[in-house]
Amino acid sequence: MRIALFVTCLTDTLYPEAGKSVVRVLDRLGHQVVFPMEQTCCGQLHFNTGYRAQSLPLVRGFAEAFGGFDAIVTPSASCAAMVREYHPQLAEESGDRGLARAVAEITPRVHELSMLLTDVLGVTDVGASFPHRVTYHPSCHSLRMLRIGDAPLRLLRSVRGLDLSELPAADVCCGFGGTFSVKNPGVSAAMCADKCAAVLSTGADVLCAADSSCLMHIGGALARQRAGVTTMHLAEILASTR
Amino acid sequence: MSMPTYLGMPAFPEAAAEALANPQLRRNLAHATGTIRTKRAAAVAELTDWDELRAAAKAIKDHTLANLDHYLLQLEEKVTAAGGQVHWADGAAEANAIVASLTRAAGTDTVVKVKSMATQETGLNEALAAEGITAIETDLAELIVQLGRDRPSHILVPAIHRNRAEIREIFRREMPDAPAGLTDDPAELAAAARSHLRRAFLSATVGVSGANFAIAETGSLVVLESEGNGRMCLTLPETLISVVGIEKLLPSWRDLEVFLALLPRSSTAERMNPYISTWTGVRPGDGPRAFHLVLLDNGRTTALADKIGRQALRCIKCSACLNVCPVYERVGGHAYGSPYPGPIGAILTPQLRGMSSAADQALPYASTLCGACYDVCPVAINIPEALVHLRSLAVDSRRHARFQTDFPAERLALGAVAWTLRGRRRLAFAQRAASASRKLFGASGSAAWTRRLPLLGGWTRTRNLPVPPPESFRAWWARTRQDDASPDSPPEIAPGLPSPGTAPRQTGSGTADE
Repeated sequence: MRIALFVTCLTDTLYPEAGKSVVRVLDRLGHQVVFPMEQTCCGQLHFNTGYRAQSLPLVRGFAEAFGGFDAIVTPSASCAAMVREYHPQLAEESGDRGLARAVAEITPRVHELSMLLTDVLGVTDVGASFPHRVTYHPSCHSLRMLRIGDAPLRLLRSVRGLDLSELPAADVCCGFGGTFSVKNPGVSAAMCADKCAAVLSTGADVLCAADSSCLMHIGGALARQRAGVTTMHLAEILASTR
Repeated sequence: MSMPTYLGMPAFPEAAAEALANPQLRRNLAHATGTIRTKRAAAVAELTDWDELRAAAKAIKDHTLANLDHYLLQLEEKVTAAGGQVHWADGAAEANAIVASLTRAAGTDTVVKVKSMATQETGLNEALAAEGITAIETDLAELIVQLGRDRPSHILVPAIHRNRAEIREIFRREMPDAPAGLTDDPAELAAAARSHLRRAFLSATVGVSGANFAIAETGSLVVLESEGNGRMCLTLPETLISVVGIEKLLPSWRDLEVFLALLPRSSTAERMNPYISTWTGVRPGDGPRAFHLVLLDNGRTTALADKIGRQALRCIKCSACLNVCPVYERVGGHAYGSPYPGPIGAILTPQLRGMSSAADQALPYASTLCGACYDVCPVAINIPEALVHLRSLAVDSRRHARFQTDFPAERLALGAVAWTLRGRRRLAFAQRAASASRKLFGASGSAAWTRRLPLLGGWTRTRNLPVPPPESFRAWWARTRQDDASPDSPPEIAPGLPSPGTAPRQTGSGTADE
């Protein structure tokens, strides 16, 4: 299948390894990945902070970049949720019926990586090998907006050599919340402290998630504490081979 | 549209900082919310038709709110026919004045109160005190809050922030008839409150209540409670005054059934409340001889006019969203500066009070949008959606405000980011600049200068910044993969997937400047 990659502005700019890993995994499974160069951002940062008007040009840009593909994959559950849940609403509000039509056609084809692999492509074993102890943080938007369930866990359980430790209170938010982390830094840090304690209690070497944003947050705190736990995107683990 | 007792409180981020620094509060909250979360999940799991009940409750409330004018008049007609008297209060001051004048007309200067959110909202106790009338809270937790000259911090468990040692101290200090050797044993504390309150119940001639539901078809009111104090207040005094928000209406008794299945399980994790009291007007020889219903607007019709915000009026004040909220669990209720704390408070308070103060503008931001509240809400209020909507209203109202000193910086920063993201060449340029500066970030993004950044200072106090990579993803793609996506090759149509039906855009190729 020819699959367009929506890499997201955060992954593009700060975590390119996660994007490259998506390409490697899909390559290995025999699919062709296309990267529409016009893409930038889904607009979630502005939308969620209340700058609704500034997110509309980004919705338009997304529709222009991704029109005409059968499937669009993204290594972010949060951005996928933004596109699927709020792009249609914003396009509708704009009064631009052409845009609303384009968005309605595109959004059902936007899949978070683990959903694309398990639901659309029907794969749980992607031929990866990663002999380390890993714990998985299910991001809020993956759980409660996209409802991806245990798709990432099924993928991780099929990775050779991977020792999966269950994360206590896994479904509790890490405290990132986009601009929440700087607008309410104290509460955000308190939530992150509890998440870090849960991660450390598992004895895992690697913390994994389907969102680079949560990993940036938890990883930033773990690094400040010199905790010795690495953060890796799900795609990076799935791309690892012997 | 006012909540007088909360004027002048600090905005959420400042108030939260204070709460976060109190380890006793953090322990009390974590223990209490953790316990009730687990119990609620078990109580809800017992019902196989929870989702259907939730959908029905949402539909009933939406129908009632859409036809509020009709049902309010029906309620007034039925209450009047049953011997009650209906009063309409536009705002808090008006509602309080009505209660004060009815109390004076009854010839007393003391009222006993059932726990009531509407009268918390109007600041009734303080308003009555200013008129020389004493209001005695009879719910155990409300009594603890009142005696402690404190504010409630939870809708259902107002003294959730207090542990039993603190409660013993409050009783010993403020309750003249507390037993001499009172310990912090819960049974002893409850017995002390019981004998203290019994005197008030037996001597009071006016009772003040709210209501969980008002049933339009018969003009009946419904109160759910756990302690029996409500039943005392509703039946013993000669005069009963109920202050009820206009969103509390249900068309019929049949509708009530749905809510009696949802509310106890969502709030106290019980299958049914210990006490459910219902009454219709007055009845000679049975209960109060005079009944007054004060119907309160106080910002509700303004909220009703907002297409997204109005769903907050479906709320039945169960508190499930407070108990699952990771933000509430860490800061408690006082930081929200309103009788309605937690996620529901963050969307209800700014709508009832308006968004003109810094505190009310900050409330919709008191959430990570994690969505746990929406999942547990028995009337399916999409709280994250409403929060995001109210944030956009806050941004609009702040454009003209001077008091929010961090706002111009935020607006400029987000404006610059939006400008950068509107074109791929701008983004690529910014990425190259970031990559060129990566050495400045120090080992794993911990360089000292990062902690002095405006806006980002809150992040870097406790977290390292990510170090920009040597090259962005798009730079890597352009360098290694450019040929893979020739502009001339159309996308294949995969078997089993619907055809897009339109020609693909020629977006696969980058240009040399990337």
